Amino acid sequence: MYYSILFYIFSFFVILSSIGVITSKNPVYCVLYLILAFINSAILFLFLNAEFLAMLLIVVYVGAVAVLFLFVVMMLNITIEEKKSKFLKFKPLSVILGSIILVEFLYFLIIDNSTLEKLSNTQNLEQKNNTISLGNILYTDFALLFQMCGVILLVAMIGAIVLTLRKRQGIKKQIIKNQVDTKKEDVIEVVSVKNNEGA
Amino acid sequence: MLEFFNLPILINHYLILSSLIFLLGVIGIFLNRKNVISILMSIELILLGVNINFIAFSYFSNDLTGQIFSLFILTVAAAEAAIGLAILVVYFRNKGSIDVKEINTLKG
Repeated sequence: MYYSILFYIFSFFVILSSIGVITSKNPVYCVLYLILAFINSAILFLFLNAEFLAMLLIVVYVGAVAVLFLFVVMMLNITIEEKKSKFLKFKPLSVILGSIILVEFLYFLIIDNSTLEKLSNTQNLEQKNNTISLGNILYTDFALLFQMCGVILLVAMIGAIVLTLRKRQGIKKQIIKNQVDTKKEDVIEVVSVKNNEGA
Repeated sequence: MLEFFNLPILINHYLILSSLIFLLGVIGIFLNRKNVISILMSIELILLGVNINFIAFSYFSNDLTGQIFSLFILTVAAAEAAIGLAILVVYFRNKGSIDVKEINTLKG
């Protein structure tokens, strides 16, 4: 029956938690609001038949990125001291941005969906399963972009490790090269023990 | 009143929602100019708005390419968050604070 009330409820929560992200005083609450926004928009993705991306949003964002944010916030132990109203400082810019967005909203309200029918391309949308049909075009048509994604993630991983790695003094560390280079003669001494005189 | 909820959800609703989230992210960047972590979270909000836009168009135009691009945006956002937070940790270790106004050493 009234299916569209679900869209209104979840989008209301998304907007509310986005406002919470940008106005909370405590950064930990900011991250928790961000997690709430991600979960609610994952539910909105489910309404749009994008099940794989909804699960990916929860796994990647809530499970990895938001936890990373939370970890950094806890580790740096920062507090936002004062947050006065700084809206007036950006008055001209905000007027320009607001008018652009207002025009866009009015445009969204007056357009009709009939133009969308013309650009519909149903060839890659055999309704089997969202994950299967995504995989069918991800590994064929977009294989090069997919590999570039892998390269981007590799560069990000190496970059993050290189940035945060530091050498500390006074720590015993295993050096594999020295271990491998050690010869038998350096560490083992063969002693011939006489009878009845050992130890 | 209940008749209002019987109307179908069109692409306009999703477009308005995504641009609202995008706008809230932009406002967050201007509002929290002192805190790099808040700026990074606002960038995540902006990318979320873009993702909703892509997926709405993908659904309403029956084309899966939008979802593929949303996947790529997710990848780039994850990489960006990892690198940004690593830079933040290194900066905090060297300086002891993450105030944006103090990051002006390169200014001549």
